[in-house]
Amino acid sequence: MGKQHYDALVIGAGHNGLTNAAFLAKSGLKVLVVEKNPYIGGASVSRELYENWTYSNCSYVCSLFRPEIYRELNLAKHGLQVTPFGGSVTFTRDGNFLGSYPDPEVMYREVARFSKRDANALERYHADTAKWCRLIRPFLMRTPPDPTSFRPKDWRELAFLLKKFHGLGEEQIYEFMRFFTLSVAEFLGDYFESDLVKAHFSGSGIIGTGLGPFSPGTAYVLLHHYMGDVDGNIGTWGIARGGMGAIAKALAGSLREFGGEILTGDGVERILVKDGRVTGVALESGAEISADNVVSNVDAKRTFLKLMDEKDLPAQVIDKARNFKIRGSSGKLNIALDGLPTFTGLSKDNPLYKGDFHFSDSLERIERAYDDWKAGMWSRDPYLDMLIPTLTDPTMAPPGKHMMSVFVQYCPAKLADGDWTDDKVRAFGDTVIDQMAEYSPDLKDLILHAEVRTPREIEAEVGLTEGNIFQGELTLDQLLFNRPFPGYAQYRGPVKGMYMCGSSTHPGGGVMAAPGANAAREMLADLKRDNTVPEDFGDD
Amino acid sequence: MNHTEQDLVTEDSPRDHYKALVKRSPFYEKQVALSNTNKWHRWKAYTVADEIECMEQEYFAVRNSCGVFDVTPMSKYRIGGPDAEAFMNRLVTRDVRKIKPGRVGYTVWCNDQGKVIDDGTIFHLEQGVYLLCAQERQYDWLMLSALGFDVEISEETNNIACLAVQGPTSCATLKAMGLAGIEGMKPFGLTHFDFGGAKLMVSRTGFTGDLGYELWIDFDSAEALWDALFEAGKDRGIRAIGGDALELARIEAGFILGGVDFVPANQCVRLHHDRSPFELDLGWLVDFSKESFTGRTALLREKQEGSRYRLVKLNIEGNKPAHNAYVMNGKGGKTIGAVSSAAWSPVAKANVALASLDLTKRINDNNIWVEIFYQKELKWHRKWARAEIVKDPFWNPERKRVTPPADV
Ligand SMILES: Cc1cc2nc3c(=O)[nH]c(=O)nc-3n(C[C@H](O)[C@H](O)[C@H](O)COP(=O)(O)OP(=O)(O)OC[C@H]3O[C@@H](n4cnc5c(N)ncnc54)[C@H](O)[C@@H]3O)c2cc1C
Repeated sequence: MGKQHYDALVIGAGHNGLTNAAFLAKSGLKVLVVEKNPYIGGASVSRELYENWTYSNCSYVCSLFRPEIYRELNLAKHGLQVTPFGGSVTFTRDGNFLGSYPDPEVMYREVARFSKRDANALERYHADTAKWCRLIRPFLMRTPPDPTSFRPKDWRELAFLLKKFHGLGEEQIYEFMRFFTLSVAEFLGDYFESDLVKAHFSGSGIIGTGLGPFSPGTAYVLLHHYMGDVDGNIGTWGIARGGMGAIAKALAGSLREFGGEILTGDGVERILVKDGRVTGVALESGAEISADNVVSNVDAKRTFLKLMDEKDLPAQVIDKARNFKIRGSSGKLNIALDGLPTFTGLSKDNPLYKGDFHFSDSLERIERAYDDWKAGMWSRDPYLDMLIPTLTDPTMAPPGKHMMSVFVQYCPAKLADGDWTDDKVRAFGDTVIDQMAEYSPDLKDLILHAEVRTPREIEAEVGLTEGNIFQGELTLDQLLFNRPFPGYAQYRGPVKGMYMCGSSTHPGGGVMAAPGANAAREMLADLKRDNTVPEDFGDD
Repeated sequence: MNHTEQDLVTEDSPRDHYKALVKRSPFYEKQVALSNTNKWHRWKAYTVADEIECMEQEYFAVRNSCGVFDVTPMSKYRIGGPDAEAFMNRLVTRDVRKIKPGRVGYTVWCNDQGKVIDDGTIFHLEQGVYLLCAQERQYDWLMLSALGFDVEISEETNNIACLAVQGPTSCATLKAMGLAGIEGMKPFGLTHFDFGGAKLMVSRTGFTGDLGYELWIDFDSAEALWDALFEAGKDRGIRAIGGDALELARIEAGFILGGVDFVPANQCVRLHHDRSPFELDLGWLVDFSKESFTGRTALLREKQEGSRYRLVKLNIEGNKPAHNAYVMNGKGGKTIGAVSSAAWSPVAKANVALASLDLTKRINDNNIWVEIFYQKELKWHRKWARAEIVKDPFWNPERKRVTPPADV
């Protein structure tokens, strides 16, 4: 392989790297994806860690994945199937719960159990959130304009942005300016009075984010989790049959069909640059591969500070990469269960059992959980997003057995009292299991095996710096033409032939595949090849 | 105020309410007993009949004898307290002071941008006490609007059952039921009767554009009312009707429907997809002589600067209903709007439609066409049809206005 030459080499077989490579290969380029792990997928991965149980080690639910890409890359043919699952639950400490039901009238009744006003505000809440989604969604499959450039393309894109913005109407433009600096607590406060209702909806505003529900900017994070869809149902989440790894597997199938290759189990040590142009990569094994173009699926910080020689970079880029906000704030438990656990108060035949469970019944509890993180501890009373995917996907465990996926907010990358140790990781896992056990008397007895992942494990395995799930915080200073940093938002790196295609780039994290596709479109334009990347379907 | 209990379905285990998907009005069992089509649809929390036995027969009951439709799912709010009149007057575009006790008024209410949130009726029950009825839920908007007013707002949706009794024999039926003096009630009048110890409210209102009444009673007395009504009307062609028949009747009457002919402003997601009262041909409901009401500034500006849309009633040549049709300026000309409701009117023998025209386009009122698509045994036909803009409702019989109505 050492002597081989590629038109494009993609570093990392995360779903964005695979997407990028597939579109490049589709245009006829000779493409290689290099992945350090012996398996593909990055944070969109599934592995068997306990015999006959499929673990979606990182991401666990799917909504953001762009349907245009799904279709264009024939992912259905390559085995991908996404099934929506119904609802979510927040348990209260007094034995009750609030559920989100898909049916609007059942949802009305449910919220009315706690507040009639809030039940009546649901329509307005959904209409307003839909307005923001409509504003943002058209930008997902587009390259952000450079507001300082005078190129006609940037002007066109800026005009498109302004037109969308203007399409909001006068009132909404004011509201919009507020929206991006609003906390999720304040945003929800515009609609709801019940603390439980607010806590229930606020989770999407803090997931993966080093911010609390009262921190400015978290309203956008909520939207980031709301703007996806399953078959056009905006805000709906689904389960990929076979786990999130099925997405990577389907993308790899598509890539190979277009003639692309994947090399696993050998990481890139260095991106090679000569005379201001990339020439290829050096691998950890010592081999070198030459390529005209090198695309990094790895986060921006790692790409510039670890994979590149600082001497090859403009000083300001090094500085920007150093200051890139990529704080680890999440952990994950994946638990193999001998049976379906009981949760006090919620009957097992309730359709909400298929949904995700939370145990934080007030905004204050979530904010306190954040306080612990700021102090360099994992939350003693964390915010959990727990889901039992086997209730929707029969393939992930033997019949009657179950898989439990527990996303944990907050868990710091660096602890105040020193480095993470295996004991501390275990203690972190116990904190999480103990919280759930308060609501589930039989949970502990059903545990066959648990995988506990703190930012340390996530960084070590997926390469996400500090374990930040989005490859960089989703705050306004790091969005759109500022993602990953100003001047580099159009997927091109500071060195000729070098590109970025990971979640560090617009439109950001989540299993969305848009960064990978957008990067491919820009590259194909530079290479003067026909575009293979589809346009978005559009909402109107 | 604790509102929650009344919204629950299974009292023994309120958290299992999801098992009871839809509510049943107190008239549900009565309709089930009559229904042989088993066709229902959902209206907010409730299920209501599309058709009981035969849509045509039900429609003709409304136009020829007496049709009874269950409007219990209507959102109903009782508004009282010292500031009730001032509150109502700020809320709606009409001058509420002109709706005297014992009278009902049709109105719209708008947001600050002067766009219609919903239309509905105000029942002035007694001095300073109102019942507001609308198709959509209004509690959120009412509570927001009530800031600073000393008012009490209580939801009555699930306390008051309501039947629309519509058609030429409706008055006689109610008289036979023992509602003495009902024939003296004027359109938009409102009175109370004793019904076996329960309070029965009767208004001369409806959604059919015909002679008709609405009966309002507490849930517990609802079945007894149904029985008495059907007994009294059995020789006067009384018949339970479903929503399909009502839909045809309301189009003939030229009445707009929320979610069909306009998008309620607080549910509207797309800019300029909402409508102002002027744009719905309801300018007559806007009373600028009131010094302040919600939306006034925006509506005044619209009045001066012009509207974006115009709702028109179209009388279309031929007999193919213009469902979802584009409206064109001249045959094959530029698109100037779209039909939102269409029907062949059996009673007016006309092909009628409600359409919204885009006022940024050039429109020649005398050369309006619609492009109708219809299918016969899998073959699609496309037909150009000339349309005439008409001012009056397609169906507007004298008996709707006459007091006392003919005793038939
Ligand atoms: C715990 C967790 C839970 C999440 N839950 C969800 C969810 O439920 N739904 C959702 O939509 N999103 C979720 N996310 C976010 C989402 O998974 C990620 O944002 C997304 O998968 C990132 O994809 P990517 O392709 O941009 O990068 P990555 O997936 O990070 O891919 C980068 C790839 O590069 C490889 N790599 C790193 N260094 C090298 C090197 N030197 N040489 C070669 N290869 C290298 C890595 O091994 C990896 O395969 C979650 C993330 C985490 C961590």
